[in-house]
Amino acid sequence: MTANNYRHALFCAVVTLIISFPILGLNLEAKGVKITLTGAQTSTYIAIALAAVAVFVFQAFRDSFMGVLGKLPNLNPLAGREPMEQSKRVKLESWILTGIVVFALFWPFLVSRGSVDLATLVLIYIMLALGLNVVVGLAGLLDLGYVAFYAVGAYTFALLSQYTGISFWMALPIGALLAGVTGMILGFPVLRLRGDYLAIVTLGFGEIIRILLNNWTSLTGGPNGIGGIPEPTLFGMEFGRRVKEEGNTSFHETFGIAYSGEHKVIFLYLIALVLAVITALIIRRFMRMPVGRAWEALREDEIAARSLGLSRTAVKLSAFTIGAFFAGFAGTVFASKQGFISPESFVFLESAIILAIVVLGGMGSQLGVILAAIAVTILPELAREFSEYRMLIFGAAMVLMMVWRPQGLLPVRRIQITLKKQE
Amino acid sequence: MLDVQNLSMRFGGLLAVDGVSLDVQEREIVSIIGPNGAGKTTVFNCLSGFYKPTGGKVIFEGKEIQGTPDYKISRRGMVRTFQHVRLFTQMTVVENLLVAQHRHLNTNMLAGLFGTPNYKEREQSALDRAAYWLERVGLLDLANRDAGNLAYGQQRRLEIARCMVTEPKLLMLDEPAAGLNPAETKELNQLIVSLKEDYNVSVVLIEHDMSLVMDISDRINVINQGKPLASGTPEEIRHNDDVIKAYLGEA
Ligand SMILES: Nc1ncnc2c1ncn2[C@@H]1O[C@H](COP(=O)(O)OP(=O)(O)OP(=O)(O)O)[C@@H](O)[C@H]1O
Ligand SMILES: [Mg+2]
Repeated sequence: MTANNYRHALFCAVVTLIISFPILGLNLEAKGVKITLTGAQTSTYIAIALAAVAVFVFQAFRDSFMGVLGKLPNLNPLAGREPMEQSKRVKLESWILTGIVVFALFWPFLVSRGSVDLATLVLIYIMLALGLNVVVGLAGLLDLGYVAFYAVGAYTFALLSQYTGISFWMALPIGALLAGVTGMILGFPVLRLRGDYLAIVTLGFGEIIRILLNNWTSLTGGPNGIGGIPEPTLFGMEFGRRVKEEGNTSFHETFGIAYSGEHKVIFLYLIALVLAVITALIIRRFMRMPVGRAWEALREDEIAARSLGLSRTAVKLSAFTIGAFFAGFAGTVFASKQGFISPESFVFLESAIILAIVVLGGMGSQLGVILAAIAVTILPELAREFSEYRMLIFGAAMVLMMVWRPQGLLPVRRIQITLKKQE
Repeated sequence: MLDVQNLSMRFGGLLAVDGVSLDVQEREIVSIIGPNGAGKTTVFNCLSGFYKPTGGKVIFEGKEIQGTPDYKISRRGMVRTFQHVRLFTQMTVVENLLVAQHRHLNTNMLAGLFGTPNYKEREQSALDRAAYWLERVGLLDLANRDAGNLAYGQQRRLEIARCMVTEPKLLMLDEPAAGLNPAETKELNQLIVSLKEDYNVSVVLIEHDMSLVMDISDRINVINQGKPLASGTPEEIRHNDDVIKAYLGEA
């Protein structure tokens, strides 16, 4: 048993060496036209050796480490408490949610422009994560190419504004619908696949869309992206210093206040907030509707669901389409916020981050997903100095979560239904 | 109402079902018995559309349905349970029953989002039907529990209730008494008879528990190694020499 442990640990350490040495320990250097291989600094070698030792020690004593980790939650003072009464909890939750929304409405007027801008981004991620939560958390379809639909939404707005001069409010439903349709078209051939296969194919679709955007230069401008995407207007009032569009007025002149760049940022934030709340409410409603229950049933047991008359294709396709729809929604807001988009914004890492938010938040749980979106977007900004280690911290957080709370921050609670006794 | 002719199912070199015929009339309980591995579950899988049979005909209410996808067969009113209980374990007991009533609900998404009167009305009648059947199988108090947390016998009953809320014409039960204690088996016995008597449902039953089978079946089909061995009333089967040799004798 222990000998086996050590052998395994040794193996892991060697693998660490084999992987890290060529990547970190060897450098390619261009001297004129020739490329030569040089070694790295001694400190790098020491670091690699230390890493290998760390891996060895951890793997060798893995069981005891994990044992200690497993006991830690007992330190949590709230661990042993009685679960709150159902009706009380529902009330409390809705109070908390209302509180958050009210607070969110007012705080942009109190903080700096940068914070509001960041908060807008958080709201966009919340929309994305809520949408992906439908696909992954509720329907149980592992979609690794979700960012493709985000891109469709953003590019729809960018292209339409470039070629037809469409406004944000027109583009919002069009972008979302087009993303939904794309989801349906892409979903159709792949939904027969399960689990890992589905994940790989969706990953491929995500990349195809990005590469298409990158290479269809005549339409999308390729890697140069598309700029000059208009900001939203408020009843025909623009937020810029000067009115760009014929027939529009400007916000600061209408109200006779001094121009301030902040108005625009706050307005965008408020739009994102309203849209995020709408997204949350609609999806929440879906979860209580036949379609939401069908998603979950198919996730739980596909064979049983079919034996009860649910069509696999229809149910999965609806989840895929609705998820894509909200990604398109978020994409339109994103394009408007940035004013400029390029394929750079829609790389696989984005899909991975959104998926991480869903997993961290607790698959299927809305409040959990919202909290996780806030954490995942804001923490890296706060820890700017450590930005090099961002992915490392991210990975460590994921591993710790899997050990401590595999069910996520706030696991889903079932909706309770009161039944009338029948005669 | 159900007429199966010469059904066969081949898995590679194995002929799991070979020329099985059976028929079920309105308000009748027909049992399929046979030793382990005889091919009983495979017959069910062919009838319910889970497998596409490699030979033979399945005629339900005058229409050939072999090869029709499973969910369509279920919508026609032929619903089954599984040898190993298959519930939506992380959903509550009521939710399990609501999923089953998908067909009876207003699944228009806009109607649901806006809560139209028609949507609410159908949702309420689905809830009432769920409550009725939960009461019927003695699970009403556990309505909001996760289905996965129920005791085994309760899970079995929930699975039957889940079929019944779909208002089937023909119910197929695959070893419903497996793992139940004698008291529970007796309750199940009464429940199945009442499904036939009070709700006009025909039942096809696979069961190893001989007392249950002999008690409630109108007719019995015996299969052995995929081939039909005998069929008849319980009395005839009890005295059939082939059956005694192949099946009852060895038990
Ligand atoms: N999908 C399949 N692929 C290959 N062989 C199968 C498949 N399903 C069933 N079989 C084989 O068909 C034969 C009949 O199996 P079946 O499950 O129908 O028996 P059964 O009568 O239900 O037995 P039990 O009483 O144990 O439930 C067995 O030999 C089994 O191995
Ligand atoms: Mg069987």
